[in-house]
Amino acid sequence: MKPYELTLRESRDFAAAEGFDALRSSLLERIETLNPKLNALVRFKREDWTGSPRLASPAGGELAGVPIAIKDNICVKGLETACASKILKGHVPPYDAAVIEKLKGAGAVVFGQCNMDEFAFGSSCETSAFGPVRNPWDLERVPGGSSGGSAAAVAAGLVPAALGSDTGGSIRQPAAFCGVVGLKPTYGRVSRYGLIAFGSSFDQIGPITKNVEDAALLMKFLAGHDARDSTSAPEEVPDYTKSLRRDVKGLRIGLPEEYFGAGLDPEVEKSVREAADVYRRLGAEIKTIKLPHTPYAVAVYYIVAVAEASSNLGRFDGVRFGSRIAADSLKEMYEKTREEGFGAEAKRRILLGTFVLSAGYYDAYYRQGQKVRTLIRQDFQKAWESVDVLLSPTAPTPAFKIGEKLSDPLAMYLSDIMTIPANLAGVPALSLPCGFTRSGLPLGLQLMGRPFDEETLIRAAYTLEQEIGITGRKPPL
Amino acid sequence: MTTVYEAVIGLEVHVQLDTHSKIFCACSTKFGSEPNANTCPVCLGLPGSLPVLNGQALHLAVKVGIALNCEISKRLKFDRKNYFYPDLPKAYQISQFDQPVNGAGWLLIETRSEDGSWKEKKIGIHRAHLEEDAGKLLHEGIEGASLVDFNRAGVPLLEIVSDPDLSSPEEAYAYLTSLKAILQYLEVSDCNMEEGSLRCDANVSIRKRGDKNLGTKTEIKNLNSFKNVQRAIQYEIERQTELVEGGGRVIQETRLWNDVKAQTFVMRSKEQAHDYRYFPEPDLVPLTIESAAIEAIRKELPELPAAKAARFRKDYGLGDYDASVLVQEKALAAYFEQAIKAHANAKMISNWMQSELLALLNSKKLAIQSSPVSAQALAGLVALIESGTISGKIAKDVLPVMFETGQTAQEVVREKGWVQVTDESLIETIADKIIADNSQSVQDYRAGKKQALGFLVGQMMKASQGKVNPKLANEVLARKIGV
Repeated sequence: MKPYELTLRESRDFAAAEGFDALRSSLLERIETLNPKLNALVRFKREDWTGSPRLASPAGGELAGVPIAIKDNICVKGLETACASKILKGHVPPYDAAVIEKLKGAGAVVFGQCNMDEFAFGSSCETSAFGPVRNPWDLERVPGGSSGGSAAAVAAGLVPAALGSDTGGSIRQPAAFCGVVGLKPTYGRVSRYGLIAFGSSFDQIGPITKNVEDAALLMKFLAGHDARDSTSAPEEVPDYTKSLRRDVKGLRIGLPEEYFGAGLDPEVEKSVREAADVYRRLGAEIKTIKLPHTPYAVAVYYIVAVAEASSNLGRFDGVRFGSRIAADSLKEMYEKTREEGFGAEAKRRILLGTFVLSAGYYDAYYRQGQKVRTLIRQDFQKAWESVDVLLSPTAPTPAFKIGEKLSDPLAMYLSDIMTIPANLAGVPALSLPCGFTRSGLPLGLQLMGRPFDEETLIRAAYTLEQEIGITGRKPPL
Repeated sequence: MTTVYEAVIGLEVHVQLDTHSKIFCACSTKFGSEPNANTCPVCLGLPGSLPVLNGQALHLAVKVGIALNCEISKRLKFDRKNYFYPDLPKAYQISQFDQPVNGAGWLLIETRSEDGSWKEKKIGIHRAHLEEDAGKLLHEGIEGASLVDFNRAGVPLLEIVSDPDLSSPEEAYAYLTSLKAILQYLEVSDCNMEEGSLRCDANVSIRKRGDKNLGTKTEIKNLNSFKNVQRAIQYEIERQTELVEGGGRVIQETRLWNDVKAQTFVMRSKEQAHDYRYFPEPDLVPLTIESAAIEAIRKELPELPAAKAARFRKDYGLGDYDASVLVQEKALAAYFEQAIKAHANAKMISNWMQSELLALLNSKKLAIQSSPVSAQALAGLVALIESGTISGKIAKDVLPVMFETGQTAQEVVREKGWVQVTDESLIETIADKIIADNSQSVQDYRAGKKQALGFLVGQMMKASQGKVNPKLANEVLARKIGV
């Protein structure tokens, strides 16, 4: 096995035994061969990642020598961080995001920055200012989004693990499309300090890894209260690696019937139902339950999240950072900078968000949206009375073709129909590879859990992963 | 203004709360630092940064709320007010929209009635909410460019909005004076208008006297002193009255006060007004304010100006006007109380403070806290007058020397030999000379012109360089030329 094929835990052990340089040169070779095709990592220049000062030698610690790629919306001190947008071109944060501090503190090495949909607005990585990312399993297909660069990089062995962010499915859907593991933690579990905001009440940073063990290992360091993020929770952080055991006996798993309706690809449905059968065989209790407000989730999300986004993106005005188009008047400078700097999808969401917050429309849209969000949250609260975990597909279809949905925003938005509810409710959710289509595309299932109960998700996912043994299958590159 | 119309005025006061660090980050709030020295990713609105509420800002806000008799909200929630401007780093201001920390309350002002007497008026406080200040644009330095200083961005502000209960420029002035006194008593702000730690916008409309409905209002900005608030309101009332009487109508708009021209000018019309698209700030979770915490803050409150004035009237027999002047500043009231502890003649001490001492302090632009004449020293001066050691007239010469040299009244009097002459034989000698020199006046007096005696006393004072005790001089003269 080549070093680039190793998992995160194996990479750490390899670096400890053989040295970080041996691991790095294998990864660099892999990246140089494949990244031009995949476009998963942005601004990648070999020399940036070979010498100091950009790449300090890994310190000691539990993640010593582990290279991790970072989504381009998580601030890394001294590295241009631009959310794959022209408007932030040249923006170099003077500080590390909380998660970067934590990873560095544990000895991990920031290694490459991942392509993404511009400002995380998208489900296909086609809205990036750096051009689309390609799916390692089929270069004609999208890797999913918005953390598609992270998922593609991990799937293709460019890095052993990556960080993504998830506002409406942006970690889980690309994980499913690329055949890797993606975990969106409970809202408040991981500090958002240093994550360039999209939908502040939805955003969470999480790991994208080759297997469940690596996700657990990373979560141990990502999670925890941070005084700089008022929405971060004071809950204690367990050692997630203790949940890496095959044990689902008596676990009550619910299949929400609304997630198995029209529009669901038969191959997706089949693999998820087979997974349910495996769980049943292993002693879990499988029941069908209702989450009755699911049909409103996408609509609510595209009101509340875009409202927050329209406000969050106001600061990209050409005054202090990123790009500026000079003009004769202030107003004209704003207009030109934002006209030139934002892509079509970003503009669409800014317009939508501005509209729903406008005088005269606020009550009909934003306020109403918040009410329905509460109902969706209550659906989940009710579900936890009878089940411990919810099992569903991660996405209604496998990876679609590049260009297939780009001109049809509504179809694109609907590809997040299974993942959005967890963000609306703030619950943790994990996507796990669970099979392949006949044509060889990976499929993913989603496990959703109680708030702050990532442990059960990890345990359930680990059990199935060990049982069906499909993680580790490599894309035909 | 004709008597047909009456003015309806409401004031919006922004006051910077005197915290060490900014409202949502740890940067210093110090005024006058190098531009952008007090900044960090949070107050610069750098991508990825997040706000965290400074508990001290909330504490001070609640303190003001209690002092203004406001209903304190049990739930603290912030909202985003969205608009683009280069001094606003995030393109939204974190403020409070529908749940201000302080709800309805009131404050008392004193106004002079037409008959000249003073009366109290209760002015409603509509709300007082917390928000962050913006940065400052600097238009000099670089040709064709503006610079932004973000030192002020994120300094905690309390916006105190009055009800439209004020009906004259004088009442507006009295409201501001009263509010400022309360804020200073609470030690929540230095209320320095020049440094911008207190700012005021005025909403002004007029209506036919007795009319229940409000007229169309204009908002006046750029008011940099209480006097200018008063002047601008006066101007605006006259402008609106003239407009309406001339058959026109008032347009809802924002106007800027021009101090030099002493006029208001249109800044923007209602049509150009912003839609701020308020929505709850998702980066700050709503907080609950416990009743116990509010009660604990209530216990911290000092005696406030109105209560102090009432006590001064009751305990020291001061008049309304005297009491209200003395309590205007906490330090002034403290000085007064110290002085009367040393010498218990409240009325005289009050007079000497207000007439002589304040004039001296003003001439040197000194605050009462830095007065070279201590409260004890002023009390000593009053004691010398009362004991007859010096006359009030002499005392007026003594005080400036005390002010200049820091000496006590006794030291000054001894050094200058200004002790009042009370030796009757000496007074009689002077009186004899004055009687001899002014036979006409003596005759006038004897003929019944009583005021001639005053003239003769005056002559005696003059001859003795003011050292003769006027009461004794009077007695001696009357006896000598007596009828």
